[in-house]
Amino acid sequence: MPISKTSDPEGPSDGLEDLLRELTPQVLGAVVRWSGDFAAAEDAVQEALLAAATTWPRDGRPDKPKAWLIQTASRRLIDEVRRQQARRRREERAALREVPAADVEEHDDTLRLLFLCCHPVLTPASAIALTLRAVGGLTTAEIATAYLVPEATMAQRISRAKQKLKGASFELDADPERLRNVLHVLYLMFNEGYTSTSGPELHRSDLSTEAIRLTRAVRAQLSDDGQVAGLLALMLLTDARRVARTGKGGELIPLAEQDRSLWDRNHIAEGVALAVEAFDTPPLGEYQIQAAIAALHDEVDRAEDTDWPQILALYGLLEDLSGNPMVKLNRAIAAAMVDGPDAGLKLLEPLDDELAGHYRLDATRGHLYEMRGDDETAAGHFRAAARGTTSLPERDYLMTKAASLS
Amino acid sequence: MTKFMLLMNMDGGNCETPMLEWDEADMKAHMDHLGQGIEELRQNGELVEVMGLTWPSHAKVVRAASVTAPVLTDGPYAESKEVLAGYTMVDVESEERAYEIAAYQSAAPGPGGVPLEQPIEVRRVMESDADLQDF
Repeated sequence: MPISKTSDPEGPSDGLEDLLRELTPQVLGAVVRWSGDFAAAEDAVQEALLAAATTWPRDGRPDKPKAWLIQTASRRLIDEVRRQQARRRREERAALREVPAADVEEHDDTLRLLFLCCHPVLTPASAIALTLRAVGGLTTAEIATAYLVPEATMAQRISRAKQKLKGASFELDADPERLRNVLHVLYLMFNEGYTSTSGPELHRSDLSTEAIRLTRAVRAQLSDDGQVAGLLALMLLTDARRVARTGKGGELIPLAEQDRSLWDRNHIAEGVALAVEAFDTPPLGEYQIQAAIAALHDEVDRAEDTDWPQILALYGLLEDLSGNPMVKLNRAIAAAMVDGPDAGLKLLEPLDDELAGHYRLDATRGHLYEMRGDDETAAGHFRAAARGTTSLPERDYLMTKAASLS
Repeated sequence: MTKFMLLMNMDGGNCETPMLEWDEADMKAHMDHLGQGIEELRQNGELVEVMGLTWPSHAKVVRAASVTAPVLTDGPYAESKEVLAGYTMVDVESEERAYEIAAYQSAAPGPGGVPLEQPIEVRRVMESDADLQDF
């Protein structure tokens, strides 16, 4: 199951795997830009990588590995086009294009490729799969494992996504909508790894790790964008609690009861610094505010020291910005922590329409009635929430919660 | 090695109290028992897959005919208490071993630590034409 990121120390290809992984999106980006055909470019790049993996350990690594890969892939692509020429005349023109010179511009196409993979014509699920494959350099088998589906199913999904991108623009336009889409896809990828929406295990941490890596790559190129920094901060601050979030049997442990000594101090330090920086970098968006809230939770050593008034204020800001009912729900919890459970319960009332039947609403009511000392009502809400969730660790947690109050 | 699927239904044990109404210690003992069994199967390489399914209230029955749109209903199920709760797929040396694992699952404690004795259905996975000859 683990998606290996380190090369095999036993193997002859010391460090080669890491290098190829890092170069793959840049090479693919360059070849797509040159050929304009994502699907064909990807096949050609795969062949070039295979060639590199077999010839470099034998003949030695070329001086400019990236240029070597781009050239090799481009030649393969042309060979392929030539093979089809007899049948399809119109592709003749493509074949006559020149192969990029060995000294290709030192230009990183990773971001461009990421923008293409997160194109709005794709559903978020397809965009994530394609991003993991093309930008993350994961094999189809690895992605299939992460999503608990057969490899053939995932291969089909990715190939359909590639077909859909035929003719899509590969321009890195300044359209903020595109960047927002990219960040949203990365955010979903992270969440998918952090809280699996289905299945017996709560974490598929390799997806979160990959999302963090890719967000870092975006930040490396867009370092002055507050939203990008905010998203990275949010991921680091959330991921820092991963180990403490589940018990031995995979059961969920809520924030207030986590063993904070298990939290990842390096992630927290980096995340807090980034969150502070991001908060002062306009335009202020949801990720920055969520990161600020996560920072307030992560900064304190004891749950009771949490700065709830400031968190409440931030949720107010977030609600103005997004109007998302889940934000309103979180704001109600913060209000309960500041002004008592009745204040929280009152804020939940209007959500009966917006979130009708959603288990989170029941779970939140359960917690607030418990705070109020009304155990019987609380247990009823926890049971209703347990019936509503489709995540098994969450269901077990809610059932145990109800049982402890009955 | 042969694959078997062990099916556990939502109900059918010797306890009438719905699980949502058990007390905390009983619930924990039940989950720990099943969790420990799965962990052992994982450790000795017999586990293929384990899946818990969500409540019967999430289930739907689909029927489709060629001329009309598929019809989605909330039932009927064979027997409303018999809705599948989850399954474990194992790859084991013998049929006996599959029965042993099923027996362990069936012995998971219910309220007061009394084994639930839930019936576990054991089905062999068809892997080749040869498997058909047995019927």
